[in-house]
Amino acid sequence: MDLKNVASLTFFCPEIILSVTILLIIALDLIAQSRRWPAALALIGCLCSLIVSFDLYSAQPGLLFHRMIVLDNFSIFFKVFSLSATILCILMSIGSNEIDKVHEGEYYALLLTCTLGMFFMASSSNLLMAYLSLEMVSLGSYVLTGFLPHSRRSSEAALKYLIYGGVASGTMIYGMSWIFGMTGSMDYAAIQLALSQEGINKAALFIAFIFILAGFGYKIVFFPFHMWSPDVYQGAPTPFTAYLSVASNTAGLAIMIRFFFPGMSKLLASGDWTATAGVEWPQVLLALSMLTMTIGNLCALNQRNVKRMLAYSGIAHAGYMMMGLAILNNEGLAAILFYAVVYMIMNLGAFLVVGMVSNVTGDEDIDDYRGLAWRGATVPAICLAIFLFSLTGMPPFAGFMGKFFLFSAVVKQGGAFAVLAIVAALNSVVSLYYYAKIVKTMFLDSPLPEDKQVTMAANNFTLLLPLTFLTILFGVYFGPLVQYTNYSLRFFIK
Amino acid sequence: MSPNELSSYLTIGAILFGLGLFTVLTRRNAISVLMGVELILNSANINYVAFSHFSSGNSAGQIYAIFVIMLAAAEAAVGLAIVLAIFKLFHTIDVEAAETMKD
Repeated sequence: MDLKNVASLTFFCPEIILSVTILLIIALDLIAQSRRWPAALALIGCLCSLIVSFDLYSAQPGLLFHRMIVLDNFSIFFKVFSLSATILCILMSIGSNEIDKVHEGEYYALLLTCTLGMFFMASSSNLLMAYLSLEMVSLGSYVLTGFLPHSRRSSEAALKYLIYGGVASGTMIYGMSWIFGMTGSMDYAAIQLALSQEGINKAALFIAFIFILAGFGYKIVFFPFHMWSPDVYQGAPTPFTAYLSVASNTAGLAIMIRFFFPGMSKLLASGDWTATAGVEWPQVLLALSMLTMTIGNLCALNQRNVKRMLAYSGIAHAGYMMMGLAILNNEGLAAILFYAVVYMIMNLGAFLVVGMVSNVTGDEDIDDYRGLAWRGATVPAICLAIFLFSLTGMPPFAGFMGKFFLFSAVVKQGGAFAVLAIVAALNSVVSLYYYAKIVKTMFLDSPLPEDKQVTMAANNFTLLLPLTFLTILFGVYFGPLVQYTNYSLRFFIK
Repeated sequence: MSPNELSSYLTIGAILFGLGLFTVLTRRNAISVLMGVELILNSANINYVAFSHFSSGNSAGQIYAIFVIMLAAAEAAVGLAIVLAIFKLFHTIDVEAAETMKD
């Protein structure tokens, strides 16, 4: 199926609904006075879009808008994923004191614009579309990072994000220009066809890939493009940090999988992929993945700010997920998708508790968590402990299963990948130290008299308990999710 | 239409890219850093237009360049707004002075 503009609109409903919601929020923002409606409207828009996305499974996979966008199970998976993350983030924003201080109409409009950009990131099948979607997410993210008025941290974070993002995406399009020059086309399928012929300069192609990795790497947050993330995570409003750490990260993985797998590799019948033109990018990813997880975990060890620590832990998790890319087969990709879902649940849960505490204390310093369990917040403290142990990868929580699938896919490859698996296992042990440090602070340290009582609003509980439940559920009953991620790994290749 | 002409455009593109990166890395003034980013984007533009004219035989590269120009404008708008916010809060646009978060 290769559709023209008007015929494509039938299969474009989730995006249309989201766009209409964004425009409605902007327009109504000029008229309405009440404070709660933008969040409600954004939620309704996301839910409608989610329902319509599931409808698309019955449609035939194909290319839309003159081969700009591809519709297949993989892109629908990421629509569902980004929308789920957005819905959770909106619910988190409703319970956050930080968001109360900002202009809510603009906040939700920009948030949904980022989500719309993520839809395109996961489904672009053209170099131009890849760049535009990446920038769509980035521009919204810069603004939302600096959204807190009169906050030095927030503005500083936005400036750093903008400079890193601008350089990274500029480097990426410079690399893309070389690919365009070598192949004469922007379309992934045509590029692959051109690359599989003789006479391609491998060294030039390799350098172009490295340049393009800069753009993807800054979205996924892997070494050496990770420097912005601790500052941005610390400075941005907490609900948006949570959104950035799961949705933006994973959208980066989606665009990278889309570019390197259906775009630059060939699928064999066995479920393995081979890199076209013999360019050694999987080895580069292998090395980067080891460095990313090690640096993320080592830097997290002595952080005092919990948001900053979670930023470094996010870098480490990006490293784990990249292992699945380096091994070049469908099993690894399925493990990435499974891990992404699990990571979304546990990481959003952790940020939810961090947001609850900073609502009361106004900061995220680890001292604010002293004796949290004995300051009226026993349930959130227990939930945070579960999320953190799950992030470490301890059974019986979901994080364990996520790591299990990733590691087993890597170990099966043997050779240099066995070393990768060992490095990753050692890293998990290191990460236990800083996750357990917070748990120790919450339960074993006794609170000082000046520590404030942390009381929880009801709407926070309605989000916290389901997330905890899912973290435990996917650790013991993961069959349906595994099936769903395997089902989502069907690319439309032409 | 000799290939030599193409390579001279590509050389200019590469030099511009290097200058842009150099500007971003060495300048402390936030506006200068943003100008460095613009140089990087324009180096890619030169490549696109040159490749489009000399080797690909279609206009896809020129259209790409137009989109890059548009996005560069959007990025400059967002960037200047952020720089303005920095100036209001820190009373300077020195990127190294705006350094409150550290490990």
